[in-house]
Amino acid sequence: MTAYRPPRIAATEITPEPIFLNRRSFIGATAGGLLAAGASGSHAAELKAAASAFKLDEPTTPEKDVTNYNNFYEFGTGKADPAANSADFKPTPWTIKVEGMVSKPREFGLEDLLAMPLEERTYRMRCVEAWSMVIPWIGFPLASLLDKVEPLGSAKYVAFETVVRPEQMPGQSGYFQPLPWPYVEGLRLDEARHPLTILSVGLYGRTLPNQNGAPVRLVVPWKYGFKGIKSIVKITLTDKQPPTTWNLSAANEYGFYANVNPAVDHPRWSQATENRIGEGGFFGGSRRDTLPFNGYGEEVASLYAGMDLAANF
Amino acid sequence: MIALPALPRKYHGASVWALYALGFVPAISGFYLGATGQLPGNAIKEFEHLLGIWALRFLIATLCITPIRDLFGINWIRYRRALGLLAFWYVAMHFSTYMILDKYLDFPQIVADIAKRPFITIGMAGFVMLIPLALTSNNWSIRRLGPRWNRLHKLVYVIAAAGALHFAMSVKVVGPEQMIYIAVVTALLVWRLFRPRFNQWRRGTAGRPGMGRAA
Repeated sequence: MTAYRPPRIAATEITPEPIFLNRRSFIGATAGGLLAAGASGSHAAELKAAASAFKLDEPTTPEKDVTNYNNFYEFGTGKADPAANSADFKPTPWTIKVEGMVSKPREFGLEDLLAMPLEERTYRMRCVEAWSMVIPWIGFPLASLLDKVEPLGSAKYVAFETVVRPEQMPGQSGYFQPLPWPYVEGLRLDEARHPLTILSVGLYGRTLPNQNGAPVRLVVPWKYGFKGIKSIVKITLTDKQPPTTWNLSAANEYGFYANVNPAVDHPRWSQATENRIGEGGFFGGSRRDTLPFNGYGEEVASLYAGMDLAANF
Repeated sequence: MIALPALPRKYHGASVWALYALGFVPAISGFYLGATGQLPGNAIKEFEHLLGIWALRFLIATLCITPIRDLFGINWIRYRRALGLLAFWYVAMHFSTYMILDKYLDFPQIVADIAKRPFITIGMAGFVMLIPLALTSNNWSIRRLGPRWNRLHKLVYVIAAAGALHFAMSVKVVGPEQMIYIAVVTALLVWRLFRPRFNQWRRGTAGRPGMGRAA
């Protein structure tokens, strides 16, 4: 006679203990967040994710700041433009084409991405403009997507490309185009495979709002924010260092690596300190020292052993 | 010529004070919103940029007084000192915000910024040049300096150019907004080159110019 075994409970179904113990404030915060999401008119929907070991002692940046203070030039160059101008953007249906030096090139639908084991990871986000946030992303390691296409031994770099939809992205149409489109970014393959590097499909417990790069974006927490390419439609494995948009725009200001580095100034401002967004107006004491590799040096510094980081900025 | 209803002389003084009061509204409301955490995102930068853009707007307004008189015969010269001083106070507040709220009075970093970063060097040069103009924006100085006062205050042309350049060089991508400010400042400066010939031509064709007509 076989013993009765209760069905296994998926890890994603289990409420982490700290959240359970604080369930009242969690419910309150979620309700508040839903109201805020409704008010901002984004398409964000509930998204389940397992808790992860990637947490920070620092308070997370209020969701209203994360979703209303954005650089996403496809929707305009002002910080409020992406939230204001992205309501017509359609993040579904969506496919990402993964090709180049891989054994199994294929397309991934958004449903494939949402079926990956999703985790919540709270990372620091340091913008090259000397401000920062702490954001609870939902996503999965980029490496697990790359594994599915089996990169060839000759592949050395990963190139990324953002969607081009002038009819839905006002920054891509009209007389003034701030950047050449599509927005492109790239990583070395070892950076792309690093466990900290994720493709994000959500934040604050919901799918990504349009202004944050819906439906899928890159998050590389030890690099400046502009490396985190948004609304990705194509990923190409290659043996050559791919061009990157801001580097094409101003090579002396934005390098390929763009690792957060307080010792290497931007030509027009110091990178030694940063302003944490959402800490109580003028007097919140929000100016803080910027950390090498944005505080992830222990995990990633070895990737750059022996490299001159002032030359490879 | 455009004919505006003339403001009775007894209100001239009050209208200048009203301009000062109105002129400080953006700074006061911006400071209130920022201090109470109501400016979105990066409150300090928002406030710093608000003060900077208003400084440039007041500089442009100062430079508009002469062409408006030349072209339309409307004499608003009584407002020019107030506009110039508002520009000075906005630049002073812009720099103080950078120094105190943004950089926490980290003087080594501030000095390094001014020395190393061309857009800050240019902005700082504009501020320094504004100081003697603000100090001599009073009747006593005008009497005291005589014709030298006019020569000194031609510095405002350099200051306006520095302001527009500082703004354009500070952004990541020069867009329509920066181009408009550069175009307006350029047009106002170029007008100064054509002005003597224009006024001569008009004197020749229209007889008495519309100089000094009260608006």
